[in-house]
Amino acid sequence: MDRDPVNRTDPSNRPEPPGRTSPEFNRRDFLRGSGAAVAATALATAIHEQQAAAQQQTAKVVSAAPQAITLNVNGEDKKLNVEPRVTLMDALRNDLNLTGCKDVCDRSNCGACTVLIDGKPVYSCTRFAIEVVGQKIVTSESLHSPAKTDDVVNAFCKHDGMQCGFCTPGFVMAVRGYCNQNPKATVDDCRKGLGGNICRCGTYDGVLKAAFETAQTAKGGA
Amino acid sequence: MAERKVGWEPQGQHTLVGKEIERLDGRQKASGQAKYANDTNPPGTLFAKLLTSPHAHAKLAMLNLDKAKAVKGVKAVIAMAEVGQEVRFEGWPIVAIAAERPEYAEDGLRAIEIKFDVLSHFVDEADLKGAQAADVTDGGEKATLTKSIATQKKGDVEAALKEAKHVHKGFYGVNTITHMCLEPHGSHAAWDGDKLNVALSTQNVSGTAGQYVKPLGIDEASVSIKCDFIGGGFGSKFAVDEWDVACAKLAKETGKPVRLLLNRATEMQIAGNRPSGFADVTVACDAEGKITAWESHHWGTNGPKGGGVNQAVMPYVFDPPNRIRSATGIITHCGPDRAWRAPNHPQGCAMSQTAIDDLAAKAGIDSLSFFQKNLALTNLPNIYGPELEIAAKLMDWKTKWHPRGQGGGNGAVKRGIGLALHTWGGGPHQSNVQLKVHPDGSVEVTMGSQDIGTGTRTCIAQVAADTFGLPISAVKVNIGSNKYPKAGPSGGSTTIGGVTGPTRRTAQQALWKIFDLAAAKYNVDAGTLSAKFGMLWSGDKEVCTWKQAAGLVGPMALELQGGPVTEDEKLTDKQVGGVQMAEVAVDTETGVVRMVKMVAVQDIGLIINRLLARSQVNGALIMGIAYALSEERIMDNKTGRFINANLVDYKLPRIGDIGELVVEFYEPEDQYKRGVIGLGEPPVIAPGAAISNAVANAIGVRVPVLPLTPKRVLDALKKA
Repeated sequence: MDRDPVNRTDPSNRPEPPGRTSPEFNRRDFLRGSGAAVAATALATAIHEQQAAAQQQTAKVVSAAPQAITLNVNGEDKKLNVEPRVTLMDALRNDLNLTGCKDVCDRSNCGACTVLIDGKPVYSCTRFAIEVVGQKIVTSESLHSPAKTDDVVNAFCKHDGMQCGFCTPGFVMAVRGYCNQNPKATVDDCRKGLGGNICRCGTYDGVLKAAFETAQTAKGGA
Repeated sequence: MAERKVGWEPQGQHTLVGKEIERLDGRQKASGQAKYANDTNPPGTLFAKLLTSPHAHAKLAMLNLDKAKAVKGVKAVIAMAEVGQEVRFEGWPIVAIAAERPEYAEDGLRAIEIKFDVLSHFVDEADLKGAQAADVTDGGEKATLTKSIATQKKGDVEAALKEAKHVHKGFYGVNTITHMCLEPHGSHAAWDGDKLNVALSTQNVSGTAGQYVKPLGIDEASVSIKCDFIGGGFGSKFAVDEWDVACAKLAKETGKPVRLLLNRATEMQIAGNRPSGFADVTVACDAEGKITAWESHHWGTNGPKGGGVNQAVMPYVFDPPNRIRSATGIITHCGPDRAWRAPNHPQGCAMSQTAIDDLAAKAGIDSLSFFQKNLALTNLPNIYGPELEIAAKLMDWKTKWHPRGQGGGNGAVKRGIGLALHTWGGGPHQSNVQLKVHPDGSVEVTMGSQDIGTGTRTCIAQVAADTFGLPISAVKVNIGSNKYPKAGPSGGSTTIGGVTGPTRRTAQQALWKIFDLAAAKYNVDAGTLSAKFGMLWSGDKEVCTWKQAAGLVGPMALELQGGPVTEDEKLTDKQVGGVQMAEVAVDTETGVVRMVKMVAVQDIGLIINRLLARSQVNGALIMGIAYALSEERIMDNKTGRFINANLVDYKLPRIGDIGELVVEFYEPEDQYKRGVIGLGEPPVIAPGAAISNAVANAIGVRVPVLPLTPKRVLDALKKA
C-alpha cells in the first residue's frame, strides 16, 4: 500500500483542502486504504462522547472485594453485591436477570448491550456496575408491558426492524436515546446517528424506518 | 357436496396469507423480553468458559488443572483434550470451567497450567503453490495439503476456444467469511434426576436430542431441547457441539444448571465459516456475444477437511455447451466450515458471473444485453427474462449504463452499475403438525420447529387463522421444543414451505369436520359452507359464529395430526430465480466503495407474509454488501491465527453503509400457483458478483477478490 505522500500518484491539479495544517498528512491519505468507510458511521454516535467523558473522571481506588451497591434500574432500586470488575452489562444480565442487553462483541463495539443512563444511550459493557450508582438506568424491558408499549417498540414491529432479534433490544435503546436527543431527526440524521449498532441479519432498512418514525413523535429532552 | 381439495385460494382471495402482518413475537424481541439460550438464567446457574488453543497446529504437551480447581468460585473443571493430542486450528477447545460467576470462571482459566509443542502450520488459503510445497505434518507424518476434488468435461472446449470471437482469461476470488451469529453457539444445561433439559441455540430443535445419547450415555427420550428464540444461525447451528456436551457434563458434575456460550473470538474461530474460492477462468463467446466455452480451475479451503467450493457451481447459472471445470481443495489449519446461507452458490456466482461480465466488456456489449443474450444457457430463462426487464426499470439501467470506466465526471468518485443472477431450490422440509380447535373457538398449532428470524410463528398462525376465517390473535402457535411433533431443521430455505404446507392442509381438514357438524346442527348443505370474519356462512347467509361452530366439537378439542407436505398437494414447490442489480460510487483516490442502490427482483411462488419476505431479501442484500465490500477472515501466515476475530476488525456494514434497497417480488399468477417456496438463501447469492461488476463498471478495471476493500481497489487501479 502506498502511503508515502511524496511518491503517491495523486493528480497534481487537485486543490489543496482548506484548513490543511501539515504538508505531510491529510484526511484522504489517512482514509486511503484504511477501510474507514465502514467504520465512519460508528464514530458519529454520542456513545463515544460518553466514553471519552467517562475516561476523564478522576480515578478512585476501591477494594477488589464484592461491594454492596444499589442500582436504580427502570425506576426501582435494586440491591446487589458485585466485585468492582463486574460490568453493568453482566450485573444487569446475571444478577438482575435483565437480559435485554445482549453480550455480543466483548469489545464495546456492536451496541447490543445498549441501555440508557440518565437518558443517554450507553454500551453497558463499557461501564462497571459500581460506576453507575446513583444514575438512572433504563433497559429495554421497561419499554413494553401489558399496560403500555413504547412508540419505539411499536415502530420496530410495524417496519419489521428485526429478524433473529438478538441485536434488536440494543438497537431499540439506541433509537430511543437518539430520538429523545434528536426529535424531528431526518432519515439521513438517523443513518449517521445510529451507526453504533451492528445487526447481522441485515435489518437496517426496517430499523431506519422505525427510527425516522420514532423521531417524528419524539418529544425531545433526555 | 363441493369438492374438498387441499390447496390455497386463488391469487388475491386470501384474507391474511400474502399480507403484511407484524411478527407475533415482535414486541417480545424488541423489548428484550424474549429469552434466548444465552439469556437462560434460573437461580443457581453456573457460568462456564473455555480455554482454547492459541496455536493453529500444536501437540498438547502438559495440562495441570489442580490450581484452576482451587480458584475461588470455581465448581468444576473438565479437560476436553488429552496430553499428546494434536490440535489442528486456533480455538480448539482444551478445558471447560464452570464457576459461580463468569469472572470466577475467567480466574480459573488463568490458573490452568498448560504447555504446547508448537508444530508448523499452513493457513494461506489463496496460495495453491504454497500449499503444495508446505512442509507440515499430520500425526507425525508428512501431510499432503492439496487434493484434487473433481474434473468435469462437456463438449469440446479446445475447438470452441479456437472458433471464438472473444476470449477472456481472468483470476477471481472470494475470501472466507464466518457466520458471525450475534448469539454465539452454546447452551444452558440442567439435570432433573436422569433427565437433561437443554436450552440450545439451534436451527434444529427436533433433530438435536439424539446427539447427546452417545457422549453422555443417556436415552434420547430423556433429553429435552428447548429453543424459543435463536440469535442467528445462517447454517451453522444444526448440531450439538462438543462444548454443549461439556456444558451438560459440568452440570452433571456440579448438580447445578450450567450455561456455556462461546466468546466472540472462539465463536469466529471454530463455530463455522464459508469456504474461500479462488479461480483461474477462461471464457469465450462468438461475434454475437453467445458464450461458447468455459474453462475453470478453482481452489480454496474449508479448513482441516480440505474441501472447498463445489465445482458444480462453475460457471454459475449459465452452462455453456463446451466447458471444463476442476477444483482443488486445500487442507489448512483454519477452523472448519459449516453450511453458510446458500452453500457454494455465493462463491460460484462471485467467481463466474464476474468473468462473464468481463467477457461482455471485452466484446463491447452492455452487460444487461450480454446476460439477456445468454439466457438460453440458464436453468430458468422464462423467469430471469422478465425479472431482468423489471430490475432494469427499477435501476434505470439504460440511463445509468456506460462502458467500463467511461462514466465521465471530473472528480475522484466514479459511479457504476452491475448485475448478477441466482437460483436456489428452497423446497419444503419434512414437518409434522398437531392442530387443535378448542370448544371455545381458540386454535392451537404445535410443531417442533424454530424461528431463526424468518417469522415461523407468525407464518404458521397466519395460515391457520386465514383458513378458519379468524383474526391472527385467535391462533396460538407452539414451537421450539423437541417434545412437539417432529419438524425439519431450518436450513436451505425449507422452513416456511415446510411448516405452512402441513398447517394449511390440517387446518382445512379440521374446518371440513366443523362444516359437517355445523351442517347437521343447522340443517344446511356442508358443501355451501365457508368460514370468514369469525362466522360460518352458507353462500352469503350467516349460519353461526365461529365459537358456536367450534362448540359443536364436544367437551374436548378437535385434534388433528398432519404429516409433511407431498408434491401432489401442490401447496409448495421449489426452484426460484432472482436478478440483482447494484449501483456503487467508488472513490479512486481512497479506494472506498460506497453503496448507492441495490435492486432485487425475486421469484418466490406464493408469499405468506409480505413484510417478513421483504425483510428476508433486505437482510440478504445487506449480508451480501458485507461480504462484497468489507467482511473477511484474515489469517496471519506467521502465527496461523485469525487476527481479526472480533467485531471491531471484522468489518460489517452499519446502518449508514447500505445505500437504497429496492425489493420487488416477481409474482404473476403462474408463479403464485406453484405454492410456497423458501426465500432465505436465494437473495444472498448474487450481491457479490453484482457489486463487483458495478465496481468494474465504475473504475474500468476488475478488482478480482472479494471483499472489495480500499486496498484491493487501489491495488487493482495501480495495476491497470
